[in-house]
Amino acid sequence: MTRTGLPVRRPRPPIALSIGGLAACALVCLPIVYIAVRATDRGWAPVRATLWRPRTLDLVENTVGLALAVSLAAVVLGVGAAWLVACTDLPGRRVLRVALAMPLAMPSYVAGWAWIGWRPELAGFRGAALVLVSISYPYVYLPVLGALRRADPGLAEVARVAGRRPLTVFFTVTVRQVRPAIVAGVLLVGLYTMSEFGAVATMRYETLTRVIYQSYQASFDRTPAAVLGCLLVAVTAVPLVLAVRWGAAGRVDRAGPGAARRRPVVQLGAWRWPAFLAGWGLIVAVFAVPAGNLVRWVRRGSSSTTWGEVTGAFGTTLWISAVAAAATVAIATPVAVLAARHPGRLSTWSVWTAYAGHALPGVVVALSLVFFGVRYAGPLYQRTPMLVAAYVVMFLSLAIGAIQAAVAHSSPALEQVAASLGDRPVSVWRRVTVPLALPGFGSAATLVFIAVAKELPATLLLRPIGIDTLATRLWSHTDAQQFAAAAPFAAALVLVAALPTAVLTRAQLEDPT
Amino acid sequence: MSTVRVTGARKTYPSRPPVVALDGVDLTIAAGTLAVVLGESGSGKTTLLRALAGFERLDDGTIELGERTVSSRTLTVAPERRRVGIVPQDGSLFPHLTVAANVAYGLGRGRRRGTDRRVVELLGMVGLDGYADRYPHQLSGGQQQRVAVARALAPEPDVVLLDEPFAALDATLRGRLRGDVAAALRAAGATALLVTHDPAEAMSMADQLAVMRAGQVVQTGTTRDVYLHPVDVAAARALGEVVTLPATAAAGVAHTAIGAVAAEVTLAGAAQVLVRPEQLTLANGDAGHPATVVSVEFQGHDVLVDVMVGGVLVRGRWPASAEPRPGATVAVSLSGDPLLVVPEYIDSQGIADVGIDLSRSP
Repeated sequence: MTRTGLPVRRPRPPIALSIGGLAACALVCLPIVYIAVRATDRGWAPVRATLWRPRTLDLVENTVGLALAVSLAAVVLGVGAAWLVACTDLPGRRVLRVALAMPLAMPSYVAGWAWIGWRPELAGFRGAALVLVSISYPYVYLPVLGALRRADPGLAEVARVAGRRPLTVFFTVTVRQVRPAIVAGVLLVGLYTMSEFGAVATMRYETLTRVIYQSYQASFDRTPAAVLGCLLVAVTAVPLVLAVRWGAAGRVDRAGPGAARRRPVVQLGAWRWPAFLAGWGLIVAVFAVPAGNLVRWVRRGSSSTTWGEVTGAFGTTLWISAVAAAATVAIATPVAVLAARHPGRLSTWSVWTAYAGHALPGVVVALSLVFFGVRYAGPLYQRTPMLVAAYVVMFLSLAIGAIQAAVAHSSPALEQVAASLGDRPVSVWRRVTVPLALPGFGSAATLVFIAVAKELPATLLLRPIGIDTLATRLWSHTDAQQFAAAAPFAAALVLVAALPTAVLTRAQLEDPT
Repeated sequence: MSTVRVTGARKTYPSRPPVVALDGVDLTIAAGTLAVVLGESGSGKTTLLRALAGFERLDDGTIELGERTVSSRTLTVAPERRRVGIVPQDGSLFPHLTVAANVAYGLGRGRRRGTDRRVVELLGMVGLDGYADRYPHQLSGGQQQRVAVARALAPEPDVVLLDEPFAALDATLRGRLRGDVAAALRAAGATALLVTHDPAEAMSMADQLAVMRAGQVVQTGTTRDVYLHPVDVAAARALGEVVTLPATAAAGVAHTAIGAVAAEVTLAGAAQVLVRPEQLTLANGDAGHPATVVSVEFQGHDVLVDVMVGGVLVRGRWPASAEPRPGATVAVSLSGDPLLVVPEYIDSQGIADVGIDLSRSP
C-alpha cells in the first residue's frame, strides 16, 4: 500500500495558507471585475455606442487576424526548431538549443523599433507579424523541446522498424506525442499577440491594445477605453476556453518513465548543413538584425545621449524589477504550496485565477488599476505600490509555476520526519522545505524580474511621476522618432533581460527531468 | 523510555470503497523492548506506525505513550510534541544537510553543530565515525539507514518507530545492519517498534512479536511462542514454511502417514496436522516410515528433499554430504509437537491443502 515511504494525508491546509491563497485570488480578480464596473458605470448607452462603431469591428479583426498569423508561424518555427535540436545530429545543437530561446529576452518594442528604424516600409501588419513571430516562437519552442525530450522514443523506433520514412514518422508519431505541448505553446503565443502593445505600437498597426492606450491618453472620456478593455478580455478568453477543453482531452505526452533510454538521433545526412544554416539563420533574423541595428544606433546616438539618464533609468529598472519580483514570489508562495501540498478546490481556483491574470493584457490591468486608484485609493495612485500590484497580477502565474514544481519536488516524507524530531511546522518550513525548494524560488524571481524589466504598457500608465525605467525612456524617444537617442536605453534593456534569460534557459535545459 | 499502549485503534480511509486499515488493534509494548509487527502489504502495519507517529488521526481507540494519551477519538497530539523518533523505509535523510547536521536536526538550538558530543557519540554507535561531513548522496543505502537511526535516536525519544528500514537493502547488508541497529536501540534503552513483512527480520530482532492481519493483531508473544504455537494456520505461515499432513482424528489422536499426534478430543474425522519442515527427519535405513524420494534440490549447506509418503508429498532437509538419489527409499519420521491440528480446510483456490505449502518455500 505504501511502498514509497511515508505518504502525506493532510486533511486540510493550515489556515494561514488558505488566507494567503484567497488574498492572491482577490488581488488578481480586482482588475478583471473593476474594469467591467468602470465600463458600465454610466449606463449601457456609451457601451453600445463604443461597441457598435464599425471601427471596433475592424480592431477585433486586426487583433484576431494578427494572432492567427503569428500563432501559425510560431508553431512552424517553434516545432521545427525544437525537433532539429532535440532529435537530429545537427552540428552545434547544444549551443543552438540555448540560443534559440534568446529572443525571449528581446522586448517587443525594441525589436519593433530596430526593424522599423532599418526598414520603415515594414510598418503595419507585415512588420507587426514579423516582430511578434520572431520574439514569441520560443513560447512554442521551449515546451515542445521539453516534451520531445520526455517523450518515449520507442514509438518512433517502432514506426521506423515498420518501414516508415523519418519525415513520415515525424508527422505521424512525434508531433502527436508532443501535441499538448504545442497546444500550450500556441495558447501562450495567441494570448501574447492579442494583449501585446509594444510591437503593434512601434509598427503603427491598429489593434485593440494600441487603441485602448490611445483612447485613454487622448480623451477625457475614459469610458470607451474601459469598454474596449472589456472587449479585449472577452476576445482573449476565447482561446483560453478552447485550450482548457483541448488540454483536458489531450494528455498523451506522459508516456511513462521512458527517460532512461538514450534517444535515437535522426541522421540528417546531406541536410545537415542546410539545417544548420536554417537554425542559425533564424537566430540571425530574430535576434541579430535587431541587435545589429541597435549597435549601429548606439554608435550614432552616443553623442546625443546623456549617459546619466541611461544609468538613472537602468538603476530604476533594476530596483523596480527586484521589488516586483520579491513581492510576486511572496504572494505566489502560499498559492504554490497549496497547489503542491494540498490539492483541492481552493488550490485549483487560486492557480486558475493566477493564469487568468497572466492572460490579462497589461493595458487592461493598468487601466483598471488607474480607475480604481483614482476613485478608491488616491494615496496609492501613481505610487510604486500600485505599479508593483499591477506586475503581481500579470506575472503571478510565472512565479507559481516555478515554486510549485520545486515544492512538489521536495518530499513530504522529509517534513514528517522533521516533525517527528520535534520541529514545529514553521520551523520545518524554514529548515527543510524552503532550502530544498530554493532553486525554484530563484527561477520564479528571475522569471518575474525579466518580465517586469521588459513590461511597457502598465509601466507607462502607472509609473510614479518623474520615475522612468529603461522601457519608458525608450518609449518616449521612439514615440518622437528619435531612434539614435533611444538606442542606449534599448541596449541596456536587452542586457538586463538577456543575461538572466540565458542562465535560466540553460538551467532548465540541463535539468534531467 | 516508556510503555506503548494501543487500545481498540480503528482507522478507515474514506476512499471508494472505504479501506479499513485498523480494525480494533490492541498492542502493548513494554518499556525498553523492541517489538516487531509482522504483516503482509495491506495488513495495516504501516497505518499503525503512522498513527503512533501522529501522522494519522484515529477514528476510535487510544494510543498511550507512558502516562500520556497522544491519540484518541477526540485528540491527536501533533508529531512534534510526541517525542517519537521515526526511521522511514528509504531513510529520508535531508539531502541539503551533512550527516552530522542530519543527526543534530532534532537537538536543541545550541547543539546543532557537528562537533556536539551527542552527535559524535551517536555516529560512533551506528559505526559511522568520520562520516560527519559527508552528504547523504555520498553514502551507500546501508550507511544512509544508519544515519537515519542515529538521527531518530538523537533527541532521546520515548519511542522509536522503524518502517521496514532494511527493505531496500541487499541481503548481506540487511543481516549485518539488523544486528547493529538492534544493538544501538538497546544501548539507547529506547522502546522501539519495527514493522516488516520479512519473518527472518522479525525473528532476528524482536523481543516481542505481533502478527497483524486485516487490520488486527492476531497474535503477540515471543518469537519462539509464535513460531512454535501459532494461533491459526495463517499465523503459522506468517513466520515460515509449513508442511501440512492429512490426518484422521479420533478420540484425541490424529493419525498421519508418518505417525500419530495428540489432538483435541472434540476433533473427529478428516483433519490436518501442521508441522515445520525441520520436524520431519529423513534418514537412511528403516527407523521411520518408508518414503520414496521424488526430487532433490541442492542448497549448499544442505539439500531439500521432496519425498512421497502414504500418497502425500512432504519436504525435509538432508545433509549435503550424502544426498539421496530420486527414486531411492528413505525413512521419514516426525519429531516434536505439531504447530496445529485443525479440521480439514479448503484454501481459497478450492483445493484441499495438503503436503508442501509451495507458496511459502524460500
